[in-house]
Amino acid sequence: MSDQQMTIHLKVWRQKGPNSKGELVDYTMDDVNPHMSFLEMFDWLNEKLMKQGEEPIEFDHDCREGICGSCNMMINGQAHGPQKATAACQLHMRQFSDGDTIYVEPWRAKAFPIIKDLVVDRSAFDRIVEAGGYVSVNTGGAVDANAQLIPKKEADIAFDYATCIGCGACVAACPNSSASLFTGAKIAQFAHLPQGEPERKERARAMVDQMKEEGFGDCSNFAECEAVCPKEISITAIAEMRREYVKSLFD
Amino acid sequence: MAQTKEELFDAKIPEGPLQEKWDNHKNSLKLLNPNNKKKHHVIVVGTGLAGASASASLAELGYNVTAFCIQDSARRAHSIAAQGGINAAKNYQNDGDNIWRLFYDTIKGGDYRSREANVYRLAQVSNNIIDQCVAQGVPFAREYGGTLANRSFGGAQVSRTFYARGQTGQQLLLGAYSAMMRQVEKGKIKMIPRQEMLDLVMVDDLARGIITRDLETGEIQRHAADAVLLCTGGYGNIYYLSTNAKNTNASAAWRCHKRGAMFSNPCFTQIHPTCIPVSGEYQSKLTLMSESLRNDGRVWVPKKAGDDRHPSDIPDDERDYYLERKYPSFGNLVPRDVASRNAKYVCDEGRGVGPTKMAVYLDFRDAIKEQGLDTISGKYGNLFDMYEKITGENPYEVPMRIYPAVHYTMGGLWVDYNLMSNLPGLFVLGEANFSDHGANRLGASALMQGLADGYFVIPYTLGDYIARNDIKPVSTDTPEFDQAEKEVRERISRLLDNKGNKTVLDFHRELGKLMWDYVGMSRNKEGLEEVIGKIRDLREEFWKDVYVPGENETFNKYLEYAYRVADYMELGEVMARDALDREESCGGHFREEYQTEDGEALRNDEEYNFVSCWEYKGEGEKHDIHREPLEFEYVTPTQRSYK
Ligand SMILES: Cc1cc2nc3c(=O)[nH]c(=O)nc-3n(C[C@H](O)[C@H](O)[C@H](O)COP(=O)(O)OP(=O)(O)OC[C@H]3O[C@@H](n4cnc5c(N)ncnc54)[C@H](O)[C@@H]3O)c2cc1C
Repeated sequence: MSDQQMTIHLKVWRQKGPNSKGELVDYTMDDVNPHMSFLEMFDWLNEKLMKQGEEPIEFDHDCREGICGSCNMMINGQAHGPQKATAACQLHMRQFSDGDTIYVEPWRAKAFPIIKDLVVDRSAFDRIVEAGGYVSVNTGGAVDANAQLIPKKEADIAFDYATCIGCGACVAACPNSSASLFTGAKIAQFAHLPQGEPERKERARAMVDQMKEEGFGDCSNFAECEAVCPKEISITAIAEMRREYVKSLFD
Repeated sequence: MAQTKEELFDAKIPEGPLQEKWDNHKNSLKLLNPNNKKKHHVIVVGTGLAGASASASLAELGYNVTAFCIQDSARRAHSIAAQGGINAAKNYQNDGDNIWRLFYDTIKGGDYRSREANVYRLAQVSNNIIDQCVAQGVPFAREYGGTLANRSFGGAQVSRTFYARGQTGQQLLLGAYSAMMRQVEKGKIKMIPRQEMLDLVMVDDLARGIITRDLETGEIQRHAADAVLLCTGGYGNIYYLSTNAKNTNASAAWRCHKRGAMFSNPCFTQIHPTCIPVSGEYQSKLTLMSESLRNDGRVWVPKKAGDDRHPSDIPDDERDYYLERKYPSFGNLVPRDVASRNAKYVCDEGRGVGPTKMAVYLDFRDAIKEQGLDTISGKYGNLFDMYEKITGENPYEVPMRIYPAVHYTMGGLWVDYNLMSNLPGLFVLGEANFSDHGANRLGASALMQGLADGYFVIPYTLGDYIARNDIKPVSTDTPEFDQAEKEVRERISRLLDNKGNKTVLDFHRELGKLMWDYVGMSRNKEGLEEVIGKIRDLREEFWKDVYVPGENETFNKYLEYAYRVADYMELGEVMARDALDREESCGGHFREEYQTEDGEALRNDEEYNFVSCWEYKGEGEKHDIHREPLEFEYVTPTQRSYK
């Protein structure tokens, strides 16, 4: 692994506030270490900008381990960048070459308005969960955890859907800005668990309706969402969601 | 209403035998009738496991909850990153586990610096947590027969850890978050994300509200309630490099401290032995590699200092498998603190490896030879992939490089058995309090504690507080709110107007290095005395020379960062003072002067069998220390040995 410093040309979306006009601004970094993470390169750039009295670039981040779902960067037109199953915070600069030009933009979707620079408002996702992404049990009084057996196969399928980190890459990658993978994953998780059974229909209906209300588009099976999902959630989630939704209409 | 000093150290431990204390206590707590609960309003700051579980449970009972978090969604709290699992005394494996054993392991793991009654209650409610989470649809790992699976974790001889692949924290938090969102939908919880608490407001000596900053618009807001629950997590980030999420901070707790809440055991920090080492100056955080790797990986460094050969060119007789050599019976599986300290020692001797020389090898060569590549990849495949993603090296071929990193803070705000701080009406839950882990936390017990506090303790104890004190609504239009808001605004302006020459990150990195070098894995009197002065100097320099960009009235992460680091500058000093005061070694607190002949932590139960409680005395003044004595009625503190 080479430790040679690289020169990277960045074109970064800068936008002062929700109602300002944004533009791509050029920055050249001539001391990028290949072992830096993508976000560390931004930290580094921000340090330089501040030392020159310029405003740093705002971007969301927190765990930097690919699990909190905070980071959201369109990197060269790909949500989270070129590495498969990798959120932007886990992407490292060794994936790029000396002299590369990299475009960095925020998620773009009507339902994700821009707040500043690369930071967007994803509260629509919370409202979709609020509509029904839960099992209605109160604290206390639950039966023994082993009272109900769940076949490992079903539990594993449910788990695969449950790994969604809510980052919104699926929406950003979708030509229709659909939130079907996000919504479908939650519906499908519960559809594979006995705990989800009692509210199965209401849940599917309420979550899908809310998704539409938030201004996300429909799914046309492009499968771009699956390709960029850092947790590799399968688009079978969307098929499951559709099935659940249709079933919910006929009862 | 304010408590006297004697009352402060009344932890309000209920009477009766250990096993009956919690039940007795619940029977004696005052109840609020459902109609009354509807009239009460609770502020919950933080939506990690502790805050999300508390918010949901209280809202279900009828309280009106307003919850706050820093991230753009409650679901992104730092708890999301927990990997390994959560303990419970279910004894599903029939391997002899029970509540007593979980209690005993936790109190022993904490090196006998926690309260028996609290830890026993934790073990008692652990089983309810698993039931509750499963009922919510948390997809824990299962066996083919459909029952729940368990794994074993450090510090225990039974298999009691429940897990969801390497994403246990995520699944538990999503469970609690979904329970919360259900109450948001019902209108019982008002969830306000991207809103940071910047001060606590005391009215008539009761905690009655908070001042917050809207992180999108910079708007300063006032919120009043009948009680404030602080669930804001730990302060490991003070070390700059840690396994904690970047936004974790001490500020909410520190603001409460400055309003009178005692800070307990601040020097008790956990350093995790197996993290991916620092690769360069640009490094922003450290990634944990599960401690399960030490089941098959062998830890070594070259015998010779400065040996630069490729690891595979170093023959076996020139390698020092130092844990196996020093601890023949536990070998690579010694507890976290012992493994961490020994890695530091060999690196201090110049025998560290890799480009920075601040790492040791964790080598799977022999395990692969013995068990085959497939077996090893079956056990650790996802960890090996993660390691390769971060370092660009393939651990199947080259040994992993690991080094200890700050991971968890056992210290926090003082609370009594009811989880109430010494400020009436201020409750503290989860990693933010000091309560259950003593001087060292066992793996898989932080998730347990956060959820125990939120689901099963606070719903009982909060009602008692409100019922007993006949709390009436307050307005935010009072001199106390005016004053707190004014102070918050002044502080922000002072930071923004400073326009110095060094960035917040420059200062944070410097502070982190001081803390790591002097208040890290191994501490001594001389160093601690020295570092207190250094921290004070750095703090002074910070206020003179820090540069904070932009303005208040916009999204401004570096402004947030600045006020958090400003608080670390004060907390760091108290951590050092606490470490200096505690002239013994216990758990994560290792004082070089106090060790056994074998180099192990040497406790001093005669003199230091207490919880330290630090009291704020005013800007720039030295803190006062108070001590809550610990009593051991049911277990006998013993000296650990892993030879
Ligand atoms: C990498 C890693 C792995 C871990 N693995 C395990 C494990 O396997 N098992 C285990 O038991 N433990 C584990 N832990 C420890 C455990 O995850 C934490 O101790 C626990 O999750 C803390 O939960 P909490 O609810 O107290 O706080 P957090 O989850 O830290 O939540 C804090 C909340 O407070 C909010 N907040 C903070 N300050 C403010 C403010 N001023 N205003 C408003 N909101 C604020 C934040 O936004 C957040 O919502 C691990 C920790 C790490 C770092």
